[in-house]
Amino acid sequence: MIPELGQFALILALAVALVQGALPLAGVQRGNAAWIALAWPAVRAQAFLLTFSFCCLTWAFIDNDFSVVYTASHSNSQLPLPYRIAAVWGGHEGSLLLWALLLSWWSFAVSLFSRQLPETMTARVLGILGLVSVGFLVFILMTSNPFERQLPGLPEGNDLNPLLQDPGLVIHPPLLYMGYVGFSIAYAFAIAALLSGQLDAAWARWSRPWTMVAWIFLTLGIAMGSWWAYYELGWGGWWFWDPVENASFMPWLIGTALIHSLAVTEKRGSFKNWTVMLAIGAFSLSLLGTFLVRSGVLTSVHAFATDPKRGVYILAFLVAVIGSSLLLFAWRAPKVGLGGRFALLSRESLLLTNNVMLAVVCATVLIGTLSPLIASALGKKLSVGAPYFNTVFGALMVPVVFLIGVGPFARWKEASLAGLARLLRWPFFVAVLAAILLPLSLDHWSPLIALGLALAFWIALTATLNFIARVRATRAGRPFLSTLFKQPGAFWGMHLAHLGIAVFIVGVTMVKGYETEKDVKMGPGDTVEVGGYQFGFLGVRETNGPNYLALIGDVEVTKNGKPYRRMTPEKRIYNASGMPMTETAIDSGFLRDLYISLGEPIDRENLNGEWAVRVYHKPFVGWIWIGCLLMALGGLVSICDRRYRVRANAVVITPSATQPAQSA
Amino acid sequence: MNKFLWPLAGFIILAVFLRIGLDLNPHEVPSPFIGKPAPEFSLPVLGTPGEALDKHFSPRDMRGKVWLLNVWSSWCVSCRAEHPFLVRLAKEGKLPIVGFNYKEVRGDTEIDASKLGAEAERELVQKRARAWLAQRGDPYQLTVLDIDGRVAIDYGVYGVPETYLIDREGIIRVKHIGPLTEDALREKIMPLLEQETRGKP
Amino acid sequence: MIAATPFLRKTLLSVLACCLLAFPFAVQPKEAAPLADDPAAEKRLRSLSEEFRCLVCQNQSIADSNADLAVDLRREIRSMIHEGKSDSDIKDFMVTRYGDFVLYRPPLEGATLLLWFGPGLLFIIALVALRSTLRRRDRTLAAERELSPEEQQKAEALLRAATDTPPKE
Repeated sequence: MIPELGQFALILALAVALVQGALPLAGVQRGNAAWIALAWPAVRAQAFLLTFSFCCLTWAFIDNDFSVVYTASHSNSQLPLPYRIAAVWGGHEGSLLLWALLLSWWSFAVSLFSRQLPETMTARVLGILGLVSVGFLVFILMTSNPFERQLPGLPEGNDLNPLLQDPGLVIHPPLLYMGYVGFSIAYAFAIAALLSGQLDAAWARWSRPWTMVAWIFLTLGIAMGSWWAYYELGWGGWWFWDPVENASFMPWLIGTALIHSLAVTEKRGSFKNWTVMLAIGAFSLSLLGTFLVRSGVLTSVHAFATDPKRGVYILAFLVAVIGSSLLLFAWRAPKVGLGGRFALLSRESLLLTNNVMLAVVCATVLIGTLSPLIASALGKKLSVGAPYFNTVFGALMVPVVFLIGVGPFARWKEASLAGLARLLRWPFFVAVLAAILLPLSLDHWSPLIALGLALAFWIALTATLNFIARVRATRAGRPFLSTLFKQPGAFWGMHLAHLGIAVFIVGVTMVKGYETEKDVKMGPGDTVEVGGYQFGFLGVRETNGPNYLALIGDVEVTKNGKPYRRMTPEKRIYNASGMPMTETAIDSGFLRDLYISLGEPIDRENLNGEWAVRVYHKPFVGWIWIGCLLMALGGLVSICDRRYRVRANAVVITPSATQPAQSA
Repeated sequence: MNKFLWPLAGFIILAVFLRIGLDLNPHEVPSPFIGKPAPEFSLPVLGTPGEALDKHFSPRDMRGKVWLLNVWSSWCVSCRAEHPFLVRLAKEGKLPIVGFNYKEVRGDTEIDASKLGAEAERELVQKRARAWLAQRGDPYQLTVLDIDGRVAIDYGVYGVPETYLIDREGIIRVKHIGPLTEDALREKIMPLLEQETRGKP
Repeated sequence: MIAATPFLRKTLLSVLACCLLAFPFAVQPKEAAPLADDPAAEKRLRSLSEEFRCLVCQNQSIADSNADLAVDLRREIRSMIHEGKSDSDIKDFMVTRYGDFVLYRPPLEGATLLLWFGPGLLFIIALVALRSTLRRRDRTLAAERELSPEEQQKAEALLRAATDTPPKE
């Protein structure tokens, strides 16, 4: 009964979405206030109905209702409760419902927090979100109904893929989807602005916090996914350039360009067309990602089970959404004004350059991801994988990262090349010199290590200098530190996020350059030394998990003869599927991770004998994710900017024309 | 032209490729061997019980004939599905089929082959292969045993069952991945076979 | 990803019960033997096999995959390394059998020129286009400024007030 209620709520939600998508937009066009006013209750009703529907599906999982096809194929009565709940989005149908649910929540949030906006603008935004929702709900109901029954029901479910039975599944998809769906808000604002012709600084100011929040979620979602792959897959990698990973990375790149571009549009009224284009692009790439993951056009390690009918539907949806948006763009953009004037070298032009480069990087990832498809359409088979992406992406990111150091020093409107060179000469030399010398004192030297470190030092040094310069300019006799902390959130946020990139680069460079790895056969009593630590293998013991059998290897780690800690890599066999899984043991430190993964027994009938064990010492690997967290934190700090909030709400704004570099 | 139409144009091209991509199978890897000579090998032929493995077969032995090389194994589930069709095809007698038994023991995850000696493994391979053919019918003119899977690597085998059509000159003309079916035979193999027979009276 | 091996499970379940009771703690510690005899060759094997795509699981490299075929191919590559074959010999071995599909780093040839040089080319084109767009934009705005300085001033003031009134084109 409950699944039927859920499905019924889903159908009602579609009806409401149709109202939300049609009437407010028509109302604005024809000046019908009653139709416009419908947007708000429709959004509320839709959020309620989808929440209810989602709860019904969750209940089917909690209740082990295996007469629901989706539950039967993605859960099992032995599965621990938190994973049964997370299993709701562990497959195609449920994760789509999560998409629709989050979209309704985002829409609801927009309806709540947009009181200061003109009613017609909000109505348009909500209407567009309603149309997007219609697309998703029709898709769910027509091709991917999570409530479909099979009678009689199965006595037991198939189980959730053991790879997904991990806290990662609880957190990663919701974060990622919050990001994807969040870009729909930026998109809806952009389309609303195009429709109304009000493509102005106010529009940028309204959509900026929403975009930033979506970007923060996407950053966290991607980082979480990468960390999950790192500890779960057992071979120590953290990014594989798999099509599905690329599908999340492309909207991130364009989203990053978008938050920078919005800043310029808000402050200087420039780049309006470009900003609109990026807003459409970020959401389009989110949709494209959905297509790539769910249609089966590309092979990926984590694609969903596919069905050609779904592919055709999503493609039609893509063409409708993206095609109509781009058409609208082509129609309206020529009439949009140019905005403030600025010199060929200025904060504006540098930001625009950075934007263009990010777009090129994104296009590269897109071409790389799709070229196997394009090649096979042209009758040739090829593969594009990590070795290609690492080379090309790495090369393209060098100038982008370099500009991060320059941008904050450039003045709005006009900057002087000589002035910039004078300011940045020293940090440049120091960064290069340090990057060349530092690896010499370490294990070995390579040009790539030096390059990576130079870029990281460059960002760190220029950020520090920028802070100092800024505090000097604004302290007016007050103490240095208090002035430092009084700097606006936007300024802090920008530098935190940029430092996050530096930290990230250090992590990548150090782990690529200095990682050590040993593949050994270990019997009880054997030891191996990796990265200055001694790993003594004690043997393997058996434990029963809630729904698996575990073989736990005990590894005693010592450093210089002193006991450090015990690590316990596992091998698990899941009861329902019989699938073996490797659970790595990781000792995360600030400067290094110790990482052990237990392989197979050398003699499969003697579990007390030798085992294949892989031990890694990964210097600075944690900095990869610390860097991502810093980027997200930077975003958070910048939207908490007090001045910015005042600006966002106030009708009358005091100009602050003489302010130097503020935020990016 | 309005320069703001460029993004739309780019997107339309992309969408066309995506639409084509939907009809393609990204998992199918075309064999680079099509049109190339079938790699030479010499593998032991499965004999009757008690018979030593001293008879060998090489693709050269089939010169002048159009034939099928069918890769199979008793642990392979799809081979089970494919087998009745092969038996029927053999009865029609249009095409000689050579069986290529792939890693009969080593490929089977149920058995720890490293425990067995080489001799014991050979015995087990023959026993299992014979049992399978006795139970399900033997469509093969003869069956060769690729115990360690080395020759299969030379043929680029990556999923069992796979079937190769080899022509009179020993050139591989078709590679079919997955169970051979009536449709696959009609669409991929028969046209080439007819062309071959027409080519040589 | 780890391929399901029902065998392992069966053995584990049956053997576990009896053999996991006693740990031989008294064993003298000794240095664990490397899994392979020749760590240098093993390192080369690893970096080589990272460049090859596993054909069974399809989106893992041969280095990462545990599929049966990947294990066999690693064995083949290992023996070729021991025979003193060069990296390009080994690459040819793979390509003749599985085609370009097996290479994660697409070969540089006619069809892939765009893939390899496209990004760089796009990068240059984008920057050149950006420069000329900015120049043109600046000229347009300068021309407008000459036409009506007061209007422009007013627009600037309004801009500074962070509301937008685009100048007429």
